[in-house]
Amino acid sequence: MIINGVTIDDTFAEAFGMRGTRVIITAQNLKWAYNAANAMTGFATSVIACGVEAGIEREMSANETPDGRPGVSILMFAMGSAVLMKQLETRLGQCVLTCPTAAAFSGIDSGYPEITKINLGKNLRFFGDGFQISKKFGGKRFWRVPVMDGEFLTEESTGMIRSVGGGNFLILAESQPQALAACEAAIEAMKKIPNVIMPFPGGVVRSGSKVGSKYKTLIASTNDAFCPTLKGITNTQLSPEIESVMEIVIDGLTELDIRKATRAGIAAACALGAENGIKRVSAGNYGGKLGPYHFKLRDIMSDESLNDIAPGVTA
Amino acid sequence: MSALTFTLKSPAQQRIDLSPLTPDKLAGKSIADIGAILLQSGKTKLRTDEVFAISGDDSNGIVFDNANHKLDYIGSGMKSGKITINGGAGSYLGFQMKKGEIILNGDADAFAASGMADGFIHIKGNVGDFLGAAYFGERKGMKGGTVLVTGNAGERAGDQMRRGLILIEGNVGAYCASRMLAGTIGILGNTGEYLGYGMRRGTLLVTKTPDLHATIQDCGTHTLPFLNLMFKSFAALPSKFSKINQNRVQRYAGDLANDGKGEILVLQ
Repeated sequence: MIINGVTIDDTFAEAFGMRGTRVIITAQNLKWAYNAANAMTGFATSVIACGVEAGIEREMSANETPDGRPGVSILMFAMGSAVLMKQLETRLGQCVLTCPTAAAFSGIDSGYPEITKINLGKNLRFFGDGFQISKKFGGKRFWRVPVMDGEFLTEESTGMIRSVGGGNFLILAESQPQALAACEAAIEAMKKIPNVIMPFPGGVVRSGSKVGSKYKTLIASTNDAFCPTLKGITNTQLSPEIESVMEIVIDGLTELDIRKATRAGIAAACALGAENGIKRVSAGNYGGKLGPYHFKLRDIMSDESLNDIAPGVTA
Repeated sequence: MSALTFTLKSPAQQRIDLSPLTPDKLAGKSIADIGAILLQSGKTKLRTDEVFAISGDDSNGIVFDNANHKLDYIGSGMKSGKITINGGAGSYLGFQMKKGEIILNGDADAFAASGMADGFIHIKGNVGDFLGAAYFGERKGMKGGTVLVTGNAGERAGDQMRRGLILIEGNVGAYCASRMLAGTIGILGNTGEYLGYGMRRGTLLVTKTPDLHATIQDCGTHTLPFLNLMFKSFAALPSKFSKINQNRVQRYAGDLANDGKGEILVLQ
């Protein structure tokens, strides 16, 4: 399969089941909603060392949020529910409770087959030292915690669902700037897709890994088959003209969301085409035995139905 | 199907307990069965068809016509459906109600919504004392649900209320929210003396600065973001409360004689 001169490899991305949740952060204005959300999703690129993978899903206008103030929605993914609950609580406590004017609300209440309620502000309320006030509106419990700027308002719980993490694709280009430009274009397109985040810096990761290492204590190490500077001395996957490879990792609430994001991202990268040095698109997998979800690149790129991103939006 | 309608034949001489006549208790019963139900009235028991002319067959939507203030315990313990009352209601309207809806086109007597757990009561007239209060010997009043009063309420509205929402468009008598444990009461009209007497927790929302006793203290003027959520939850109510659209309030806290975690918010 070749799109605009870019070869789409006959391979697949291998992804894993994760637990995912969404939190809506609102504040006096978007600037402060972002301050809280950026802090809460900071150092959350990979579950390997961060505990969770988190990112900002999108901005929300004042009439979309529960309290009528502008906000952003955050998605957060972890390998297990216990880690996710712990990380959510500590991050909320250190990053949103602390942020002036910020408030936190549940982002998943319905629409998924199995939703588990997990604590949002349920335990943070004790910061109020007895002065905290519970209020119940529309069947949902909220906590008002007195703080120095006024009141910290938080919903008691949010919803956690079974979701998918580790969808990915690789962009292989003739130069580092060209690879990055294609990734930037892909991320720009993928940000329009709801229910997904690309957790790495700017959405892009350069240090793809393989399982194992020559050092016994390491479980993963650099993916030498895709390292352009090792082309001559390793069992390379790269043809001579490839000088740089970058990867985009996708976590999504459902498998379909990741398929849509993958298609939008690859399409945007391919739109730059061979004349801009984009030569190949590939994907990372472990032979298909570790992860239950396989995202076959050629299937995704030939599936027109994935263009329906959300009602009223097309790729 | 038409609503199961009970039309009072003649003004009752003695108070009548209507607690057997709720949608869940009458479900699946024929008019003959319903007519044979005995209603306590003073020392005697009366057959339902002695008291009411009965028509209709949809027990999920019960109507009381010609009703008056001698009819007690309407909707007591009801778990589903809707009761519409045209006329008036006696005491204990919606007593320990679990779910469903009561619409009263008229006035109600004392202890309306006492011990109510969930559901919605709309009293389009006035209501007597002890609205949403605890029953004699009980330590908690209303525990959930929403009561909307278009007219005025008597004394001790929300006494020992534990949870839920009472909205009163008119005035309230003395000792409103006395010994209140939690929940929310909104009052658009005037409030009587000793508002929030012995109030432990809970929120009172008023539009006019009340006369407060010494153990309720001023905490200043604030813009509280939770009010946005609260007013949003009022939006669907057939009430003037759905029109409130501002979140700047003067906050008084108390009653310090009883823990003092309650609040009286005066809309600015």
